[in-house]
Amino acid sequence: MLLPGLLLCLVFLVLCLLWSITLGAADIAPRTVYDAIFSSDGSFQHLIIQTIRLPRVLSGIVVGAALAVAGALMQGLTRNPLADSGLLGINSGAALAVVLAVVLRGNPPLSEYAFFGFLGAGTAAVIVYALGSMGRGGATPLKLTLAGVIFTAFISAFTTAILIGDTETLDQIRFWTAGSFAGRDMALLSQTAPWILIGLVGAILISRQITTISLGDDVAKGLGQNTTLIRAIAAVFVVMLAGGSVAVAGPIGFVGLIIPHVVRFIVGVDYRWIVPYSAVMGALLVTVGDVGARVIIRPQELPVGVIMAVLGAPFFIWLARWKVKR
Amino acid sequence: MAAKHLQEHPQPAWITFRLRRIPFSYRIDRRAPLVALIIVLFTVGTLIVSVSYGEYNIPPVEVVRTVLNANIDHPDYENFRLVVHTFRLPRIVLAFLVGAALAVSGALMQGITRNALADPYLLGVSGGAALTAVTLIVWLKTIPISTLPFAAFAGALLAAGAIYLFAWKNGSSTPIRLILIGIAIESIVGAFTTVMLLFGDITDVQQAYVWLMGSVYGRNWEHVHALGAWLLVLLPVAFLLARQLNTLNLGEDTAKGLGLRVERQRGLLMIVSVALAAAAVSVAGTIGFVGLVAPHITRRLVGPSHEGLLPICALFGGALVVLADLIGRWAIAPSELPVGIVTAMIGAPYFLFLLYRSRIR
Amino acid sequence: MSELNARNLTLAYESATIITDLTVTVPLGAVTALVGPNGCGKSTLLRGISRLLKPRTGAVTLSAQDIWKLPTKELAKRLGILPQGPVAPEGLTVHELVAQGRYPHQSWFQQWSAEDERVTRDALEITGIVEFADRPVDTLSGGQRQRAWIAMTLAQDSEVILLDEPTTFLDLAYQIDVLDLLHDLNRSRGKTIVMVLHDLNHACRYADHLIAVKNGQIVAEGKPDEVVNESLVREVFGLECHVMPDPITATPMVIPIGRAHKSVQQPAAFAEMSI
Repeated sequence: MLLPGLLLCLVFLVLCLLWSITLGAADIAPRTVYDAIFSSDGSFQHLIIQTIRLPRVLSGIVVGAALAVAGALMQGLTRNPLADSGLLGINSGAALAVVLAVVLRGNPPLSEYAFFGFLGAGTAAVIVYALGSMGRGGATPLKLTLAGVIFTAFISAFTTAILIGDTETLDQIRFWTAGSFAGRDMALLSQTAPWILIGLVGAILISRQITTISLGDDVAKGLGQNTTLIRAIAAVFVVMLAGGSVAVAGPIGFVGLIIPHVVRFIVGVDYRWIVPYSAVMGALLVTVGDVGARVIIRPQELPVGVIMAVLGAPFFIWLARWKVKR
Repeated sequence: MAAKHLQEHPQPAWITFRLRRIPFSYRIDRRAPLVALIIVLFTVGTLIVSVSYGEYNIPPVEVVRTVLNANIDHPDYENFRLVVHTFRLPRIVLAFLVGAALAVSGALMQGITRNALADPYLLGVSGGAALTAVTLIVWLKTIPISTLPFAAFAGALLAAGAIYLFAWKNGSSTPIRLILIGIAIESIVGAFTTVMLLFGDITDVQQAYVWLMGSVYGRNWEHVHALGAWLLVLLPVAFLLARQLNTLNLGEDTAKGLGLRVERQRGLLMIVSVALAAAAVSVAGTIGFVGLVAPHITRRLVGPSHEGLLPICALFGGALVVLADLIGRWAIAPSELPVGIVTAMIGAPYFLFLLYRSRIR
Repeated sequence: MSELNARNLTLAYESATIITDLTVTVPLGAVTALVGPNGCGKSTLLRGISRLLKPRTGAVTLSAQDIWKLPTKELAKRLGILPQGPVAPEGLTVHELVAQGRYPHQSWFQQWSAEDERVTRDALEITGIVEFADRPVDTLSGGQRQRAWIAMTLAQDSEVILLDEPTTFLDLAYQIDVLDLLHDLNRSRGKTIVMVLHDLNHACRYADHLIAVKNGQIVAEGKPDEVVNESLVREVFGLECHVMPDPITATPMVIPIGRAHKSVQQPAAFAEMSI
């Protein structure tokens, strides 16, 4: 039952991909899109599709999958249904690193944004993980959550302090900090996609262990699992996935929060199914969201992070009203 | 026999105020008066230092004399008066009031949700106020800036009301639903705010960021009077509700068994908490960490019973923000760090420290 | 009519109806035990007669007064409840917890009268926890903590005390300790005790009146030695057993048979003693 469902979703995703390419500042006929991909003739329209739209939509798919899986991992690791990759301070660390880069290096290209974003994300995760491991018991779910929340607040204050003082930097990076796929090209994607792919494959490989951990530390240890090691490995994959996403598109929230919930509703608690389903559905959500970002106020663009929030919030309300006991 | 029993009993951990003729009684934790005195002394000291410090330094002695109008014959009297009464005193007094309001609001929220990580902005106060404030600063610029506090206040209340309504189901708004729906509403509201920050003029946006971070820069006596009026009404109400909060904290079932009308009291407490937070945010922006950390520290000083906790919390929160404001003015002088940034930079590490000292596993 | 009476009670949570059209009378001035397997509805029934759960149909009356029509504080002065596994806020001392029991007797002006003080001290004494009065509740052992919570309901000074599984998770010595205390409160102070108990033998020992619940219905009610027998245990708990008089209290004692020991020969004297 679950396997056909997954394949169906994949087919749907490909259709969405093609549909998404047809939409934008100027609409393009589906036939043209098909031709551009499979039998290109170098025309202007085909060029737009190949160099602008296709990379952008592919970025969306990759980032959507990455964020959803990262969120699923975080929720399993911390046993906190409100966790997403932002919990490890990844988004705020990336933002600070990018702000510092812009301040120090003037007007860097997008690829430098990516590099610093990844760097900041990784550093933040390491610090949060270290903070969460202090004291007795190592990195327990509660301590990780708390460390992440505090770190994020601290770093955000720092970032805002810099932005308040520097108008130019603020102007440059404010669109980036809201999350967007505008101008993302193949070069950027080819730099970051390998990391994300490693993270995705890794997540699938340890999905059985994550299922066990999500049942409770005591249960997992009783079954002979080395919870500290698994947690550390999973955290590395989260950093690759979320760090890679931030590098491509800036900080985007809600995907990692909502998708795992929806997926759990469909497939249950086995991470061997949660991970692939999350990847596909995350990709779907972000693809659709990016269409909205391009189309709603065209020819101008909205940041995709905003679309995610507007889509995600009603879901949360539904969750709170119908799925929470008492 | 009765006398012997009384002697065997340990001293109760509280002080009782009881009037003889009129049936009135009130009790407060034994440690509270002493702690209150220490905090008040510290605050007054910090206040004097803060007023004295600045680009135009005034000796602390002269500060006191200026406030008391005792140095009229001093050659620099006019300057002193200007700096002290017009520039510095209002903002520092406002800082104290804001800290008091946020601290009590946070303590109430933590008691209502029985969650030590709750803060005054749980019910959308920050998001709602931010949206209206940013709208005014960046978009509807024709509306005079003096309406900003009122607009922010209204925005905060609207957001909180929306959250409460969405969380209302089967006759109650439980803490879990409130928290989750609070997250949802804050996200939507935050999304709209973000859009405005993206498309607005960059200098306006910068101004908006300052407001968002929380600052008492340039505040005058009007702000003090406005907030002061709110606190005059809200704080006594909060203090009198301390008993209900204690009982609520025992758990919903136990509280009902003791005859507490849980839904009504919880709603009332939330209104007070939201109003306090909204009032503070409307004049100073969304200052963070005070409402989170102050109740924690105060709880360690005077225990969890709210009769003593709430007043001491108010004093402590006020002292904290006064100190943060001083640091903000001193750290990168002659520039200023908005006080909200200082509270975050001090508050975050301190909160970590607090947590690891307690028995967290 | 000094009784706690529930008539045609239907109790349900959002997802399921637990109790349908149930009528039961709890005698005042006695110790009543509610027993039954997990999920049978005994806790739900307790919550229904305590005003914690609003019934879909039916009415609950205390001495002929509808409990849902009384002001909440008035009812609290007459009926107190100790829910399962209560948690005290961190750092709250025993004295402060017990003082909370005076809530229904207080008002905005009278927040801590001399009467409140006296009753609280009495409650501490009666439950024997005066020496712990200044200690935080969360530093006490399970049994001491439970005594503190019972002291709180005692300070509430209600004629009826409802307790939801007051002995679960306690060491055996503390279980007996708590049950003895409740027994004392009934015999020497006339408190009506209604408690949900997990252990059938404890229920037989301490209860004057036993109510056996299964699938939301009352299967039997009455004095333990009139009601508890092998067929009841079989019907309610699905357990084969021997029932014989407790050698200390002469109340019925349930001795499970089970699979592992079924083939063990029963001594003749044993067979003679069973009811």
